Amino acid sequence: MRRLLRANLILLAAFAFASEVQASEITRAVMLSNSCAACHGTDGNSPGAMPSINGKSAQFISRALLEFREGKREATVMGRHASGYSDDEIQLIADYFSTLP
Amino acid sequence: MKTLNRRKFIKLLAGTGAGVSMSGLIAACGKPSSGRVVIVGGGFGGSTCAKYLHRFDSNLDITLIEPSTRFLTCPFSNLVISGMKTLEDISHDYGAQTDRGVNVVHARVVDVDAASKKVKLDNGKELEYDRLVLSPGIDFKWEEVNGMEAADAEIIPHAWQAGNQTTLLRNQLEAMDDGGVVIVAPPKNPFRCPPGPYERVSLIAHYLKQHKPKSKILVLDAKDKFSKQALFMQGWQKLYPGMVEWVAGSEGGRIGEIDVAKRTLYAEFGDAHKGDVVNFIPPHKAGMIAHQAGLTNNDGWCFVDQRTFESRVHKGIHVIGDASIAGAMPKSGFAANSQGKVCAAAIVSSLRGKEMPEPSYVNTCYSLVGPDYGISVAAVYRYSEDKGIYSTGGGVSPLDEDADYRQQEARYARGWYDSITMDSFG
Repeated sequence: MRRLLRANLILLAAFAFASEVQASEITRAVMLSNSCAACHGTDGNSPGAMPSINGKSAQFISRALLEFREGKREATVMGRHASGYSDDEIQLIADYFSTLP
Repeated sequence: MKTLNRRKFIKLLAGTGAGVSMSGLIAACGKPSSGRVVIVGGGFGGSTCAKYLHRFDSNLDITLIEPSTRFLTCPFSNLVISGMKTLEDISHDYGAQTDRGVNVVHARVVDVDAASKKVKLDNGKELEYDRLVLSPGIDFKWEEVNGMEAADAEIIPHAWQAGNQTTLLRNQLEAMDDGGVVIVAPPKNPFRCPPGPYERVSLIAHYLKQHKPKSKILVLDAKDKFSKQALFMQGWQKLYPGMVEWVAGSEGGRIGEIDVAKRTLYAEFGDAHKGDVVNFIPPHKAGMIAHQAGLTNNDGWCFVDQRTFESRVHKGIHVIGDASIAGAMPKSGFAANSQGKVCAAAIVSSLRGKEMPEPSYVNTCYSLVGPDYGISVAAVYRYSEDKGIYSTGGGVSPLDEDADYRQQEARYARGWYDSITMDSFG
């Protein structure tokens, strides 16, 4: 039994090592969204006072950004940020963060 | 990077008490490297670049060369100078980099051989690379300063590279008597962190107001205008009335000569100004290794392809952060973080023989005028062939906002610090 457990652990460890090796596709959505991470945390997961944006629905994120841009939602810095993005870009960013856990 | 992944793996295996051949297993699991990238400089630019290179392709062999074992951020160093934070609060180690498999080497690069793609370290070792990223930050143009040299910064600290210099300025402020004069002399453009000197003035004023309220701050500026100027001036008026005097460069602010022993700055055309504490920030140029590698122009900065940050001088070498000429982007830790990501994408795309999607860059800088009084500047950037990096949107905090708004931005300034340092060093 103990030996079996050990063998399983070894397999698990080998699998864990293999799964660390990865190469991800660099899309336009990635290029756009990575720049959000500096304030909202890597992968949109904020460690502090900035709101996390990972795992929010695409609709929630895109609506927020569009309203920030049009000045229809109260903001400090986000209205100024949103002014730099087109509708298409906002959609790409919203879709990207909605897929992150 | 592979060695460290292996090390972690071996540790894991050892924990199981397994008696099998580890090297066999590792050989079966290991994949060939997709390229060797050497990064010089572990600040915001270099660290972010290493992290995002690994995220894009964990098969890369990534080496990060940085002399220090801990990085002290210039952002929030003004809070250390004013006694609101300690050096410990703004220091970050490289544990997360080694954990993900980046090979962190604490050494100094003494030579770059662009032709044979090698860097030489001060420990005698040589490293070969397929791509080299230089993120060396800044150095000072002491050659342009009359009457003061680098060693004199022990007496007149610039505190523009965080660490001992930060402590030195802090100690001088603490030792000063009430009623003293603090001189801050910001440099000409371009320089690291455009709003930085004025945040410093603000937070020194905050300290003086609490502890030495009869003191004054004289700002002798090399420039005629500065970042977020109206916002800073409104804040000074509101929080520290009568304490701060700013002199524009053309109106006697520009310094012609310095008498270090007398802590006196002589204006180019005009008066002598003696300070009890003097914070002279010399003019900047790219970090030393960029000069040694022959990558700098006559003004001391590096021309790059602003889409990929590849040097215009040597192929295969990328320059990011303060040392690079990056169009409309300022020299800031945040800009370096953004450039580190774009550069990582450019390198991985190029090694894969693929076209990089259109880059997007961002800068966001918060400044504290007081502990509960924050202001910000933000911009989004794109690249075009004729304009280089240009802004597509952004702006500064509005003037005349109420205390709640300023307080909210002060809260976000702290959140900004937590996030940018995690995204760069975590």
